[in-house]
Amino acid sequence: MKQIQLTQVSKRFGDVEVIPPLDLEIEDGEFVVFVGPSGCGKSTLLRLIAGLEDVTSGAVIINGEDATGIPPARRSLAMVFQSYALYPHMSVRKNIAFPLRMAGLDKAEQNRRVEDAANVLNLTEYLDRRPGQLSGGQRQRVAIGRAIVREPTAFLFDEPLSNLDAALRVGMRLEISELHKRLATTMIYVTHDQVEAMTMADKIVVLQLGVIEQIGSPLELYRNPQNIFVAGFIGSPRMNLLEGSEAAAHNAHTIGIRPEHISISTDKGDWEGVVGVTEHLGSDTFFHVSCPAFANPLTVRAGGDVDLSYGTKIFLTPDKAHLHRFDDKGLRLT
Amino acid sequence: MMAPAVVLLLGWMLVPLTMTLFFSFKKYLPLRGGDLGWVGFENYVRFVSSSSFWPAVGTTLLIVGGVLVITVLLGIALALLLDQPIWGQGIVRILVIAPFFVMPTVSGLVWKNMFMDPVNGFFAHIWRLFGAEPIQWLSHASMPSLVMIISWQWLPFATLILLTAIQSMDFEQLEAAEMDGARPVGRFWFITLPHLARAITVVILIQTIFLLSIFAEIFVTTAGAFGTKTLTYLIFQRVLESQNVGLGSAGGVYAIILANIVAVFLLRIVGKNLDA
Repeated sequence: MKQIQLTQVSKRFGDVEVIPPLDLEIEDGEFVVFVGPSGCGKSTLLRLIAGLEDVTSGAVIINGEDATGIPPARRSLAMVFQSYALYPHMSVRKNIAFPLRMAGLDKAEQNRRVEDAANVLNLTEYLDRRPGQLSGGQRQRVAIGRAIVREPTAFLFDEPLSNLDAALRVGMRLEISELHKRLATTMIYVTHDQVEAMTMADKIVVLQLGVIEQIGSPLELYRNPQNIFVAGFIGSPRMNLLEGSEAAAHNAHTIGIRPEHISISTDKGDWEGVVGVTEHLGSDTFFHVSCPAFANPLTVRAGGDVDLSYGTKIFLTPDKAHLHRFDDKGLRLT
Repeated sequence: MMAPAVVLLLGWMLVPLTMTLFFSFKKYLPLRGGDLGWVGFENYVRFVSSSSFWPAVGTTLLIVGGVLVITVLLGIALALLLDQPIWGQGIVRILVIAPFFVMPTVSGLVWKNMFMDPVNGFFAHIWRLFGAEPIQWLSHASMPSLVMIISWQWLPFATLILLTAIQSMDFEQLEAAEMDGARPVGRFWFITLPHLARAITVVILIQTIFLLSIFAEIFVTTAGAFGTKTLTYLIFQRVLESQNVGLGSAGGVYAIILANIVAVFLLRIVGKNLDA
């Protein structure tokens, strides 16, 4: 079932068109991630769905109902903000209960729902504290708690993990994914971090300058990027994008090859190069190899036990089956 | 090292305080014999038993309270309005702040002669325009007039502090409240007002300190007549009009005690907003 549908939605701020007309469909229960570099319009798109911004043209349809003119509170969506936007003068309990209080629920029902949410999010012992007395991760959970008590039809997350340190981020990523599995509610999640997109999403929407570049499952985007932008954006380290005679040899303007699809040899191979900086991750090793044939150094993945010192001369061979070819407009050639 | 600052502050405070205490125990009449020796607590007893004392305390508290209520309420309203994007915002803000730059004496005289004069004042003209008998502001409605003049002077201060507080607000909190189903009034009551609590506290504390010693406005308008004699004004009369330094000093000590009682009450009521 299509739960949220955008038809020809566009947004202008004065003379600047932030989002040209676009169509998007989000299925019931899906975890959709909007990903793109900063300023690509992903947050604006989320705010259009939430109703915090008005669409310039087009329609937002939620649960089969045209919600374009409906105020945010009546769209039955809940949002988790980047700054968490907790109410600093209220206890955690009152923060979580706030939407229920505004909805006019009786005290007993409010308490029951708050206790439930606190249980799910491990916040029970913090209920009487103020947000200022909590750590970043706990505040994040309070913000999520405030969203889930309303039992909305969909959750909107606006870069919720960007204020957390790296270790916490990985933990919260798992918790949010787990929450999604448990609640089976639609979630729309905005991030600039493609790792978050890859690890959490059922469906990724890649945006650039307000335009949807590609929609698909994480592996679909990884294996079949429709254009150079998606190819370069999805995947870490980035795909190597090569132009020039080597690309022409494959009848393309640009060819792309991921770091794991290049094999290294010390005596023979297609491309000759010199090892530059090496990044040891333990499980993998990434070599930055300068080849005279290409302008930019190539990133190559090898096993964790491979060790090549700086300046070593090596040969690289791409795996032809995993070569991506793009035309001069940056579109994928098949 | 905090010693130099402490010494400076103590000296600054202790010298006048000690001198006030010193004179309050003396019969000191500069034009009628000068220093006439120690009299113990006589000045204190005389000051309190004077029929002007309790009315003066009441007037002082009424002016402070009235001005606080008006400036805080109107200040919040004005700050909310000035926070809205409007055409000519910069000029409007400067105009709103302007009264604060007018000296108390000047503003007292301007109000007295240009607005409240029962014959030629602006208000008198308006009253006559509707066929009504002009109000004799400073004699028949002396306290409301004074509260109005002083509120006009202090409103910019309250507005300015509350406006900066409103501007420092995290707008995502308001958006979150909007998503949570709070209507505009609810957003103001549950989010904006608690956010302003600290700024309101600062406004109340600072204004109280200055309002307790209001003098110039009374001096140039009613000169303490028509029930507008505050404690400060009473002390002024005792020292300069009656030329009784000892009695006035005893009044000064009472004023210090009153200020401290008010301060303790205020800190009890609103001071907890300053924590955390």
